[in-house]
Amino acid sequence: MSEAMMAADGTPLKRSLARALRRQKLRALGLIAPLLVFVVITFIVPIGSMLFRSVENDIVSNTLPMTVQSLARWDASSGALPDEAVYEAMYFDMFLAAEAKRHTRLGTRLNYEQTGLSSLFRQSGRALDDIGKETQRPLEKLNKAWKDGETWHMLFNATSSADTNAALLSAQRARIARLTDTPANQEVNFAPSTAATALLPKTGRAYTAWAVYVATQDGRDPATRDPWEAVATALALDLKTVDVSGYSGPGAELLVEAQSADLPVPALSAAFADMDEDWATDVPWKTIQTHSGIYTSGYFLNAVDAQKTPDGVAWQPDDKQILQKLFGRTIWMSLMITFSCIALGYPIAWLLANLPMRKANLLLILVLLPFWTSLLVRTSAWKVMLQQQGVINDVLVWIGLVDDANRLIMINNQFGTIVAMTHILLPFMILPMYSVMQTIPPSYLRAAKSLGATNWTAFWRVYFPQSVPGIGAGSILVFILAIGYYITPEIVGGTKGVFISNRIAYHISSSLNWGLAAALGSILLAAVLVLYWAYDKIVGIDNVKLG
Amino acid sequence: MANTASDQAFVAFERVQKSYDGETLVVKDLNLSMPRGEFLTMLGPSGSGKTTCLMMLAGFETATHGDIRLDGVSINNIPPHKRGIGMVFQNYALFPHMTVAENLSFPLEVRKIGKAEREEKVMRALGMVQMQDFAGRRPAQLSGGQQQRIALSRALVFEPELVLMDEPLGALDKQLRETLQFEITKLAHELGITTVYVTHDQTEALTMSDRVAVFDDGRIQQLDPPDTLYEEPQNSFVAQFIGENNTLMGKVTKISGDRCEVTLDSGDIIDAKPVNVSEVGQRTRVSIRPERVEMDKTRLLPDVHSLKAEVLEFIYMGDIFRTRLRVAGNEDFVIKTRNAPDQVRLTPGTQIDIGWLPQDCRALDA
Ligand SMILES: Nc1ncnc2c1ncn2[C@@H]1O[C@H](COP(=O)(O)OP(=O)(O)OP(=O)(O)O)[C@@H](O)[C@H]1O
Ligand SMILES: [Mg+2]
Repeated sequence: MSEAMMAADGTPLKRSLARALRRQKLRALGLIAPLLVFVVITFIVPIGSMLFRSVENDIVSNTLPMTVQSLARWDASSGALPDEAVYEAMYFDMFLAAEAKRHTRLGTRLNYEQTGLSSLFRQSGRALDDIGKETQRPLEKLNKAWKDGETWHMLFNATSSADTNAALLSAQRARIARLTDTPANQEVNFAPSTAATALLPKTGRAYTAWAVYVATQDGRDPATRDPWEAVATALALDLKTVDVSGYSGPGAELLVEAQSADLPVPALSAAFADMDEDWATDVPWKTIQTHSGIYTSGYFLNAVDAQKTPDGVAWQPDDKQILQKLFGRTIWMSLMITFSCIALGYPIAWLLANLPMRKANLLLILVLLPFWTSLLVRTSAWKVMLQQQGVINDVLVWIGLVDDANRLIMINNQFGTIVAMTHILLPFMILPMYSVMQTIPPSYLRAAKSLGATNWTAFWRVYFPQSVPGIGAGSILVFILAIGYYITPEIVGGTKGVFISNRIAYHISSSLNWGLAAALGSILLAAVLVLYWAYDKIVGIDNVKLG
Repeated sequence: MANTASDQAFVAFERVQKSYDGETLVVKDLNLSMPRGEFLTMLGPSGSGKTTCLMMLAGFETATHGDIRLDGVSINNIPPHKRGIGMVFQNYALFPHMTVAENLSFPLEVRKIGKAEREEKVMRALGMVQMQDFAGRRPAQLSGGQQQRIALSRALVFEPELVLMDEPLGALDKQLRETLQFEITKLAHELGITTVYVTHDQTEALTMSDRVAVFDDGRIQQLDPPDTLYEEPQNSFVAQFIGENNTLMGKVTKISGDRCEVTLDSGDIIDAKPVNVSEVGQRTRVSIRPERVEMDKTRLLPDVHSLKAEVLEFIYMGDIFRTRLRVAGNEDFVIKTRNAPDQVRLTPGTQIDIGWLPQDCRALDA
């Protein structure tokens, strides 16, 4: 009897069962596929990409690839400034970034870590041209041919396909693509010559970068355009270090002439210090070095009022520490709102569960009524109610409880936020509590009373413990909704009653620090998940009844 | 058989009425008095007001009119938790969030009894129902019968003098019911508690009770010990409701003392005992128990009438035989005979003569 069981048509039973089940599963999958796709596209992908933004930091290495590389060798704690090579790399990187108008973005990014860097980058981008001009002008004076784009093209374009330096070309394509965030693989009417770029590495690289840039980003033909000043600077630098006398490629005589003219070379460190004295301090360098990684914990540190410094993690200066306080306040106020909802919602849920059907239905409609009104309207209504010239103050003054001169301030503070949000979230507390209470038979209370318990004892020892799962479900719901609430605190919270979500909105729409916004959002998400997990451990999520 | 409240009555209902909606009376003029230590069962069809009576006694419903007294004191205005009445509910009502031991110690805690004494009493009460080993369990981890035992011991643990039970065994299977019926009566008698027990099940009522109150239409139709109830039903409702019964319709044609003659609608004449009839010419429903019908002429009195009957069906039921007859036009006339060695087994179609002792045949209201 060890043989496999066979189905009626002779196939092994296991196989035909698996086939039947698979068909069922496929059909089920087909049914939920639209929803699945919807959820993935509208929920998982956005959340994933948001979480990713909180650690993403490739803007530094994409904008300043050579600087990051050469700065890695610099010892920030030595007290010395980086050497000339770093300034040089910075010059070429920054020049390209300035042409692509990307340097300000990097400035903004680095400014989150170190104030002042934004304006430093913006100004330096503008002043950079002047450094190049100082070498370009003598060169062009020496020989008019240097003014002509075709000269440069002839100098560096490969004479044969065997001469082509394909690695350099594709490296520069990739660099431009990363810098500009757009693909850079269009046709370029230029192929760097291996011989020329080996002889003049800096110039070759600078020229290739320029050629790729004008061809792919501006759609121009590099053969007929004049290169940027940076290429001239690169040539001057190269001519100081290499010997071109033995070179026999196109334009060799031009190079020999230029080398013998002994063109002036700018000292780039001095030129940078000239542009802005901050470049002569280690501050920008330290910041760039600290934040040069592709991924960063900087946003998360910022989110908890800390920052990454070359010497490790440190707290932000006191005057910039607001986020921890804001997190604390968000949690504290969410708890207050949750407790207010429990206190107000419990008796109503009890009534709902114990009134006769018809009255209970009427009450339920009253509970649900707010759902049918726009959130904005309800929140604004609270504004009308609570403001100093509002309904409640008017009534209090009219009764004489409050002096006209000292009207109560009930809005644009925490009180206003708690009141309005309690009202708005109350149904989310009542409904789960109601559905749990509905399942508690009245005979328990009777049994307790027949055993000698007073009304209160019967309620507290017998009814209340059984309604706890409802309170738990409602509390989780309300707390999670409250902790991420935005619109109501925005309208009635003033400055003292706003939540962390208002800060997130600020960073998304005003300061455009999306990384920080994403980090704040991730922390919020994590907090909710931790709470959920803790609740599951303590109460058990199976005990939560939502209906 | 008047149910007037005597001075020594422990529980007394006096002219109690109850209406929920102000239009219909659910309980109409209830009079009942129970001596201390009695086991009284309320038996009746659904909706007859049994639970309502129990709830009024427990204090969860107030009587619309009348007086309920416990040990001579009117309890109309005493809240339920001060009445000290133990109660067992149909769905047990064990608190699901407490263990068995916590359930039992709850009534002791609210009475502020010390911990040591509490534990002792809880174990004793669990011992009464042989459930000591289950003290640490939750109600959900117990079977229906075990839960019922716990509910019972919880109702007894604070030593109430009066215990009310509303269909406590309704949800259990037959065998378990029988065991528990026995245990409940035994406990009640051992502890000397007064018990009011509500049930649908007449066997349960008959086997357990000292007295049974048959309810119908908001009134007690009859209140008697089980044997009296069975053998001497006071009206046709009770006769029909308790046990199996053959009924024949007819008119009283002669009355003398405790014997009367009834002419059935078919024209046959039978002898009966007048119970609810007082004069000649009254219509009556005569009622006779299946096991009191005699087929053996030699065992009948010489001067009573006999009836012709045709056997329609013979059912073998093990301990008894059940034979269905056509008697005076009634095709549902049943007789039961013991499965004895000399007992004849009638075949359908046989014509026989049947009769009975006049005192076994009761002429009741029509
Ligand atoms: N809370 C209530 N409100 C209104 N009417 C009620 C209420 N409770 C019971 N009734 C009515 O009173 C009558 C008697 O009900 P009761 O529960 O006393 O019957 P019962 O004899 O216990 O029936 P059962 O054997 O089905 O439990 C029924 O007609 C019932 O509909
Ligand atoms: Mg009932």
